Amino acid sequence: MLTIKDLHVAVAGKEIIKGLDLEIRPGEVHAIMGLNGAGKSTLANTIAGRDDYEVTNGTIEFEGKDLLELEPHERVGEGLFLGFQYPVEIPGVSNLNFLRTALNSVRRYRGLEDMSAAEFMKLVKVKAAALQMDPEMLKRFVNVGFSGGEKKRNEMVQMAVLNPKLAVLDETDSGLDIDALKTVAEGINAQRRDDTAILLITHYQRLLSYVQPDVVHVMIDGRIVKSGGKELALELEEKGYADVA
Amino acid sequence: MAGTAEAQKQISEITGDYKYGFVTDIESERAPKGLSEEVVRFISAKKNEPEWMLEWRLKAYAAWQKMEEPDWARVSYPKIDYNDIYYYSAPKRKKLQSLDEVDPELLATYAKLGIPLEEQKVLAGVEGAPRVAVDAVFDSVSVATTFREELKKAGVIFMSISEAIREYPDLVKKYLATVVPVRDNYFAALNCAVFSDGTFVYVPKGVRCPMELSTYFRINAENTGQFERTLIVADEGSYVSYLEGCTAPMRDENQLHAAVVELVALDDAEIKYSTVQNWYPGDKNGKGGIYNFVTKRALCKGKNSKVSWTQVETGSAVTWKYPSCVLQGEGSVGEFYSVAVTNNYQQADTGTKMIHMGANTRSTIISKGISAGKSQNTYRGLVKVLSGADNVRNYTQCDSLLVSSECGAHTVPYIEVRNPSAQIEHEATTSKISEDQLFYCRSRGLGEEEAVAMIVNGFCKEVMQHLPMEFAVEAQKLLGISLEGSVG
Repeated sequence: MLTIKDLHVAVAGKEIIKGLDLEIRPGEVHAIMGLNGAGKSTLANTIAGRDDYEVTNGTIEFEGKDLLELEPHERVGEGLFLGFQYPVEIPGVSNLNFLRTALNSVRRYRGLEDMSAAEFMKLVKVKAAALQMDPEMLKRFVNVGFSGGEKKRNEMVQMAVLNPKLAVLDETDSGLDIDALKTVAEGINAQRRDDTAILLITHYQRLLSYVQPDVVHVMIDGRIVKSGGKELALELEEKGYADVA
Repeated sequence: MAGTAEAQKQISEITGDYKYGFVTDIESERAPKGLSEEVVRFISAKKNEPEWMLEWRLKAYAAWQKMEEPDWARVSYPKIDYNDIYYYSAPKRKKLQSLDEVDPELLATYAKLGIPLEEQKVLAGVEGAPRVAVDAVFDSVSVATTFREELKKAGVIFMSISEAIREYPDLVKKYLATVVPVRDNYFAALNCAVFSDGTFVYVPKGVRCPMELSTYFRINAENTGQFERTLIVADEGSYVSYLEGCTAPMRDENQLHAAVVELVALDDAEIKYSTVQNWYPGDKNGKGGIYNFVTKRALCKGKNSKVSWTQVETGSAVTWKYPSCVLQGEGSVGEFYSVAVTNNYQQADTGTKMIHMGANTRSTIISKGISAGKSQNTYRGLVKVLSGADNVRNYTQCDSLLVSSECGAHTVPYIEVRNPSAQIEHEATTSKISEDQLFYCRSRGLGEEEAVAMIVNGFCKEVMQHLPMEFAVEAQKLLGISLEGSVG
């Protein structure tokens, strides 16, 4: 589904990712673990197409398409989703309006008609309830005044509504208490299907107790230095990055 | 690439430029070019005006000749040659007996302008059409006035000002130029001399106007300055909501627009005045576009009266406009909610004046300025509290959003307080549109321009919610259209 070959990425002239290979197949959950500054968020932002992340070498293919040729919103249209480490506040724009605009933009990209208001409301209510989001939150401005946990939960609602083929979740577990972590994990597991894939980017093993990864990668200084099964995460937690790598 | 069709559509939308730039081919009758006593007489005669009105115009013309064009606003434009302008232009049609006689081309123009279907139905006289009264000013003469009969039943007078001068001379004489004196400013004086048409509204005592009153202005004839005159009087305990929206066709020459709007609210009366202004802003290189030099002022004459101005300004090459409230009546309330968008080479110097004369008067100012391209956007506002006005309260909030790095946002607040009991609050912010917000929206599937439109609409929320529903939807779309091509 996602094939990354010899990826090099520079930000403001400084090389952050220094030759990274990754292959994710449908039905798989991958976790990339690493310390601050290893290049994990840079990888997530590069996959999503953020400006200022300059790909100096290598390729990213998504379902056979050259992802680097596409605008960020086109990548979403193709079925990509980025869960933010720090979800952004948009004052004056209600969560509902935001979700509906996003969903309809994606539908239009795929040549579908806009979803009717009634159908959309039904969909959102189901998804919000599954993630235990208070329906009142849907009327509030996007992430404005939300707690850390509420913001992450909101990311999961967005993911559920957009229903991506590949979700890249950047530190979605950071700053969550144990209840919020469980809810978020349930959201991720609900998105886990034979035809979807998930890339978890995380510091800690904690989330991986609730979302069992198929493959764990260790990232250090812009490269994946080791890959293995879910037991690798536990090993990292025990021994630390230096010893594992 | 899958996005090609969409990208092409976007490109054509951007290069297609101003969507309302077209000219309707209706023969029009013009006054000779230039400004002179003869032209003033010509206009007055064309309007079948009584002698007193002609005298009034001539005095205004004489006053204007001695005045200087103001230069204090933060705008620059080539010197206007006032003798190179046509001051009167009217479609060559006799007065219509019914709406069926409205020129089909005119109706087609309304359709192109995107006038809501309901209002087109109103124009077309379709049965069961909603109760929005449209007084369509096509160039300088009102060619269609609807719902007048129903309004008449309620005692509301809603007609072109030319008709009102003939039919209700006493009412017009009593209030005309009482809020904006003839010599108030250069452009107001010019308007007094040559105004071609406009709207007159009178809502009698205790009457709540049964529908929103709506006028679409549109400049049509080439090189014709548009000098609208609007006078709205809300008698004791009455209420009226008035909508004004405008678009203009594309032209190379700059066109002068100098309107005067006067509102008078008597005891316990309320006037809500909403504007969506979308005159042609000029092209991407700053060529052409309307000069919009407008004087809008309300007099809250009676106690506990209230006037609320809401404006969404996206058009015009140069805007000079300060809808104001003179709060004379005790306990009267003035409100100003404004969104001003400038793109490319547009210049806007806009804001409000709240003059607190009466005790316990209150005012609220919420201004949202959005600058893009190489534009300049200035908020200029005055809050003035006279010595006799006890317990005045004012709250002002001015927020500026910069979409590009080559534009300018300026805030020029003047506060003059001569009474120690006044409570005046002023807040101002300026921020650049956030990369984080843009990327967040884009990574949820929104195209770049769609993302900008969404963020900007959120930024303007506090103002947009004061617009009547049908206007708010149009205005939201307009914000997006106005900022097309502004990113990157």
